Amino acid sequence: MATETIIWLIPLPPLLAFFLIVLFTNRSKALSHTIAILAAALSWLGSMVVFFRALQVENLGANPITHAIRWLPVGEGWFEIGVQIDPLSAVTLFFVGWTVLMIFVYSVGYHNFGQPAGDHDRKGLPPHGATVTDAHGHAHKVPSVEPMYSRFFAFIGLFAFGMFTLVVSDNLLTLFAGWEIMGLCSYLLIGFWYAKPSARDAAVKAFLTTRVGDVFMLLGIAYLYSQTGTLNYRQIFFNEEVLLGLAQTPTGFLGLSAAGLIGLLLFIGIVGKSAQFPLHIWLPDAMEGPTPVSAMIHAATMVSAGVYLGIRMFPLVTAGWEHGDPLNTTMVIMTVIGAFTALFAAVIAVAQNDIKRVLAYSTISQLGYMVAALGIGAYTAAVFHLVTHAFFKALLFLGSGSVIHGMEHGVLHTGEHIDPQDMYNMGGLRKKMPVTFWTFLIGGFALSGFPLVTAGFWSKDEILAEAFGTGQIVVFLVLAVSALLTAFYTMRQITLTFLGEPRTQAAEHAHETPWTMTVPLVVLSVFAVGAGWVGIPEHFPVIGGLLPPWFQEFVGHTLPHPPEHLDFNIVPLLTSLVVALGGLFLGWTIYKDTHAGAEDPLKRTLGSLHTAMQNRFYVDELYRAVFYRPAGWIADVFTVRWLDLGLIDGILHAAAQISTTIGSALRNYFDRPVINGGADLLAESIKRLGVVFRPIQTGRVQQYMILALVSIATFSALFYYLLVFAR
Amino acid sequence: MIPLSWFLIFSAALFSIGLFGVLSRKNAVAILMGIELMLNSININLVAFWRYQTPAQIAGQVFAVIVFAVAAAEVAVGLAIFISVYRRRRTVSADEIDLLKW
Repeated sequence: MATETIIWLIPLPPLLAFFLIVLFTNRSKALSHTIAILAAALSWLGSMVVFFRALQVENLGANPITHAIRWLPVGEGWFEIGVQIDPLSAVTLFFVGWTVLMIFVYSVGYHNFGQPAGDHDRKGLPPHGATVTDAHGHAHKVPSVEPMYSRFFAFIGLFAFGMFTLVVSDNLLTLFAGWEIMGLCSYLLIGFWYAKPSARDAAVKAFLTTRVGDVFMLLGIAYLYSQTGTLNYRQIFFNEEVLLGLAQTPTGFLGLSAAGLIGLLLFIGIVGKSAQFPLHIWLPDAMEGPTPVSAMIHAATMVSAGVYLGIRMFPLVTAGWEHGDPLNTTMVIMTVIGAFTALFAAVIAVAQNDIKRVLAYSTISQLGYMVAALGIGAYTAAVFHLVTHAFFKALLFLGSGSVIHGMEHGVLHTGEHIDPQDMYNMGGLRKKMPVTFWTFLIGGFALSGFPLVTAGFWSKDEILAEAFGTGQIVVFLVLAVSALLTAFYTMRQITLTFLGEPRTQAAEHAHETPWTMTVPLVVLSVFAVGAGWVGIPEHFPVIGGLLPPWFQEFVGHTLPHPPEHLDFNIVPLLTSLVVALGGLFLGWTIYKDTHAGAEDPLKRTLGSLHTAMQNRFYVDELYRAVFYRPAGWIADVFTVRWLDLGLIDGILHAAAQISTTIGSALRNYFDRPVINGGADLLAESIKRLGVVFRPIQTGRVQQYMILALVSIATFSALFYYLLVFAR
Repeated sequence: MIPLSWFLIFSAALFSIGLFGVLSRKNAVAILMGIELMLNSININLVAFWRYQTPAQIAGQVFAVIVFAVAAAEVAVGLAIFISVYRRRRTVSADEIDLLKW
């Protein structure tokens, strides 16, 4: 099959799966997940074929595989939509294909396929477990199958469709369509257990928060279209003239050029989607969804989509900027927000106890890394970190899901009433869940940037090296501190979860998860290690040059002018070694002796700062006070009480009052006396007249006839007179 | 030849006698007889006008024949009504048949 055809076909199977499951196979759990996984596998196959074919294209960056069709007639031309595979979308397609497939497979185990239906399970709530009686007559509580199993697979199918569409599209409009499909799906999936109020709130929060960014993004797209007349990547981002023209058009807003302003507007969209600082609040709450959804949102798809767009529009943001120049306004904003988010989220992650929330903040932090990397112009480093992060973060989320699953098993078994997601209730799980432990360890080390072997090390090191090499020392320091914190909270998480002794009965009875869950973990852990090896810098001591720095070479050519390689510098390397190992060591020493019921050791040291960290620096409370409350006040007091009840109802009531007054006046002074009275008078006078004439109605025919004769004679005489004499 | 006015005077006289009969007689049968007289006076009128004014056309005679037929039918209906009234009320006096009043 022609490569273009395959690219067109990649997003389709999950969409078909969505419709098939929703319309036909909703009742059959086995059929539903078979269809969904088959669809994911087909998309995966297509992605791999396209990826490897793309590798064989000579200088893919300058000659991407494209195909477009005319879609909408606009003015004198056509708006074309189509597909495009350049190095960036090829690598994105690679990791998306893999992670999506793994997440689909994992979901089967996560939702307890093959287990009995729950005793009291209701749709819209997580399964509560079922009681089974074994051969000896003992009743056991075991996990029960998700009541809305098929629905889940339908939704993640649609989600995958959105992501694949976004990746293969060649213009910002279809990218935006995929973007919004994912927005919808994230809403549906975060609120998957919709009977839980917290899940409902989280879904609404995620939807509304990302919507804030999307509005600006759409503005940016509209502005870009009005400036250039096209939304095609090639025609804008690969076109020197257009970029230069945009860079030289002033907008009169903060002294930004059109390119800068469009970049900024699109960047606000990214801030929403990739959960950067002011709009990051939805992502930790998105943990309310099932864990495969967390992996889907936080690793494979939605947040990656944000950074993907950032990478896409990199030429636009950097239009007129050369490597080594001072950063332009938009880049400075990106850098500041990215670096701040990286540090801010890392600090919060240190104090979180929910295993998934730690990962959520770590995702925000890592996305901040990528955004900051883009801000300082480290293009390939950002792409590299995007790819490696997708793999190890998907691995970590799936791993945490596996841990929670194992813990839930223990909770059901022992009947304890504890939160199976709280890390302080775990401990010692390495013996109970060896596969989960080792894969989680690999993922955690990749996240921390454990030197040399893990993918995270290479990508993070590259960002640090770029920051240092381009002279952005502040950014470098901030990111280094974040890296230290990252290693620290990752090790804290691993130590609390897997090392030491079990702190609860449930942890004692935790259980390794089924193969449908562990196999994806193993596959992803291979990538969490191996994905880094394709991008080892050429000048790295000892092992540099053993493998060619293929990644930078390949992805760099997405840009018209591929970025040059930085000279090797020992400072960032040493820094990243120290922070990674130091953070890991600190995390291990501080938390290795945590006993049941123990407080977080940092609580004593940090005091109120720790409380602030635990409460996420009160950003949610701040938003509640700044946006939510005033909005509530405006809605409740201003709109309802003043505007609606006061003004509008007042006008209405006044109008009603006036109308009644006029009405009763009309009734009393016109209707009753004139109309009624007139009618009565008429009737009365006719009645009187009747009484007057009544006596002539004798009933005797002959009298009537005499009357008739007299009348006729009279009238005849009258007529005769009139006709003859009155002429 | 007898002038037309004689016929007309005769006809008017006959009509007036019939009318007087209708208005003054109490017996319903007598009233009917008065009506017959009036109809016949009209017939005389019609025939006289035909003979003196338009002898070439037959319309006057036809009218007279139609009046005969109508008179016959009317008498039949009228007598039937009177018989019916007599059976119910034992009288055919026009003074006593006064249900048509207010």
